[in-house]
Amino acid sequence: MTEFRLKALIAGAIIGLSSSAAMSAECIAPANPGGGWDFTCRQIGKIMHDIGAVDSPIQVTNMAGAGGGLAFTHVVTERNTDADLIVAASSATTTRLAQNAYAGMTADQVRFVGAIGADPGVIVVAANSKYQSLNDLIEDVRANPGQVAFAGGSAVGGFDHIKPLMILQRSGISDVRAIKYIGVDGGADAITQTVGGFTQAMTGDMSEIVGFLKSGDVRALAVLTDERVPGFESIPTAVEQGVDVVAVNWRGLYVPKGVSDDVFNQWAERLQAVADSAEWKEAMAANGLAPFTKVGSNFQNYIDGVVSDIRKLSKEIGVIQ
Amino acid sequence: MDLLSNLATGFGIALSPYTLMLAVFGCFIGTIIGALPGLGPSNGVAILIPLTFSLGLDATSALVLMTAVYYGAMYGGRISSILLNIPGDEPALMTTLDGYPMAKAGRAGDALIISGFASFTGAFLSTVGLMLLAPLLARIAFQFGPAEYFALYILAFATLGGIASNNQAKAAIASCIGLGIAMIGVDNNSGMPRLTFGNMHLFDGIDFLVAIVGLFAITEVFSFIESHGKNTSIGITLDKLKVPWRDIWNTRWVQLRGSLVGFIAGILPGAGASLGSFLAYMSEKSIAGEKGGFGTGVAKGVAAPEAGNNAAAGGALVPMLTLGVPGSGTTAVLLALLMTLNITPGPTLFTDRPEVVWGLIASLLIANFVLLAMNVPMVKVFVRVLSVPAWVLLPGVTMISFVGIYSLSGSYFDLLLMVAFGVLGWVLRKLDVPTVPIILGILLGGHMEDSLRRAMVLSDGDWTYLFSSKIAIGLWAVAIAGFVAPLFLRKFLKKPQAVSD
Repeated sequence: MTEFRLKALIAGAIIGLSSSAAMSAECIAPANPGGGWDFTCRQIGKIMHDIGAVDSPIQVTNMAGAGGGLAFTHVVTERNTDADLIVAASSATTTRLAQNAYAGMTADQVRFVGAIGADPGVIVVAANSKYQSLNDLIEDVRANPGQVAFAGGSAVGGFDHIKPLMILQRSGISDVRAIKYIGVDGGADAITQTVGGFTQAMTGDMSEIVGFLKSGDVRALAVLTDERVPGFESIPTAVEQGVDVVAVNWRGLYVPKGVSDDVFNQWAERLQAVADSAEWKEAMAANGLAPFTKVGSNFQNYIDGVVSDIRKLSKEIGVIQ
Repeated sequence: MDLLSNLATGFGIALSPYTLMLAVFGCFIGTIIGALPGLGPSNGVAILIPLTFSLGLDATSALVLMTAVYYGAMYGGRISSILLNIPGDEPALMTTLDGYPMAKAGRAGDALIISGFASFTGAFLSTVGLMLLAPLLARIAFQFGPAEYFALYILAFATLGGIASNNQAKAAIASCIGLGIAMIGVDNNSGMPRLTFGNMHLFDGIDFLVAIVGLFAITEVFSFIESHGKNTSIGITLDKLKVPWRDIWNTRWVQLRGSLVGFIAGILPGAGASLGSFLAYMSEKSIAGEKGGFGTGVAKGVAAPEAGNNAAAGGALVPMLTLGVPGSGTTAVLLALLMTLNITPGPTLFTDRPEVVWGLIASLLIANFVLLAMNVPMVKVFVRVLSVPAWVLLPGVTMISFVGIYSLSGSYFDLLLMVAFGVLGWVLRKLDVPTVPIILGILLGGHMEDSLRRAMVLSDGDWTYLFSSKIAIGLWAVAIAGFVAPLFLRKFLKKPQAVSD
């Protein structure tokens, strides 16, 4: 009978673990563990519990599929009134919504609660690269469009791909479709390809390059924010180099459309509490996030604006019809 | 002497009673998770992450617990491979090839102990390798561009033909099925869905775990139902347990070579433990030749893949810690854990947070000895978990398969897919088509295609780019030799030869 008891014990332990957690609120990370959405859920969920905004730890569910589309559809069609559900979102969510990549779903089918941090977009090159400034890179692309290849962590047409295209387009290079881009498995991989000399520049987020900046493997040519990022004052913005491009990957949450205003406001308050906490500031600093707090009902307007901007650009560069 | 003082700091952290207890607990749970079909290291670690938060563990303790679970699961995976012919996790796939025939021949105990020792050799050597070479080895990743990765995957597929050696054509058909399944999903380079029939669940392709559990566990259940329990692999018992010192000594070079091959495969981002055990098995098979009897249940056939996959587990930690690039599914989960703990893995981790890194390395060394003790003298405890009567075990296998797969994505679609794979596996078994190449096709096909596509984007479609570096040319040469050599050597290999066995 020992084997029965042992097995029952394990099964009981596993079931007990998951069922006790199922009583608490749930955060869906629409991707596999390890990415930005997973970080958002785990970090925000942990801090909400640590500062007492929620009573029990928030259970993180990874629901990878269709670049977040599976989770979006799941929330819209099956969980539309679930008050105990939050979902991690970022610029990738709005990019895909803008490009109609969620099978016809639109941004107004959920309620965006807010963003409490943003990962600034960056363009980096290997430390031994001949490019010293963003304009060196732009001029070289202008002269030999086919010779410069970018690597990034998102698929073709994704946010990392769009960033350099925005920069080149604003610099007056019309045929941005000739620019080479390879999408690899994440920002760190994109850096190894660039440091290895297989691509000439890497497009990504600040959080992806922090370690490599410190070790001196890469040089950041530009950060895509209005102002220089605290802690990284030596990196010039694209704006100050004469290229008017701002692109940040905000980190935030959405909730189902069908929840009451009270529930929405409660989540907004909790999110604001996280944004104000010392723990979150520490987490932001450690991960290269810049302050970017937009919580509450006017966040939806921001989302709508971003979606229409990206839709316009995606049409111009031929990502969508 | 930096190394020794660093290591002393590490042991200072790891040898505290509390940390030690966590390591032992993690090893135990990990071994069970590994042994249960369907639950592998990656979902095992993912399931247990909430535990580290509710226990309020600090960064080092959380890492110690989770890596102990990781290593434990890598050890445990072999148990069900050998006893049930169902790989406990994907890297243990290759262990079924010789482990199960050994068990059928009444040598289940020997197989478990030999593979336990081989696991120890692989894991121990790779931890030492991680310690000595991590900063150095991190640079290897910079040498691998799309062309080099493509050549690496070609190498894997070129040697695939010989894997299920009864019928090369059937093995080839099976790998084509696998590659075909790998095509399903959104194409990374154009964003267009392929073979998805508009079904969103298929946009990210088919998870290989769904295929593995379907093709192995569910197929096994179907076969059991069909035969009313006769001739099924489930229910092999283990009576005597003696340490086969001779076999362990005779496989010493196999273990060392397997560890080296596995460690290198582990370091390469994206290659991971499955490729490590695969390459270790295939290289030993070709060294031994046909006289080696690989596939019929020989000691070397269990020692090689186990040394390989456990070494790869250590190897995969190298790019994860030094570059933040996970080398396998499990290290991706560990990466998530580190990020949550506010530790950003990357080139500066070794200097910024030495207590985390060295505490981790020291506890890995300790975990290895704990695991050796658990998996050799105490292996019977874990075997008992699996040697319950078939009428208990089968519903158990089915239940764990369903729970394990549902926990991957929380979608019932994967469950249907898993059952479909079970039916496919049952049909293929009737046709005597091997299923291992299918899994490897699914596992590696997508990476191979991505590498080729990236290489073509970078070179404007110039195919000579694929042979543009020394590493790529070297890999191609080995791949071609591996594919062609068996065809010519076959008639010579049948003659008596001087290879000692």
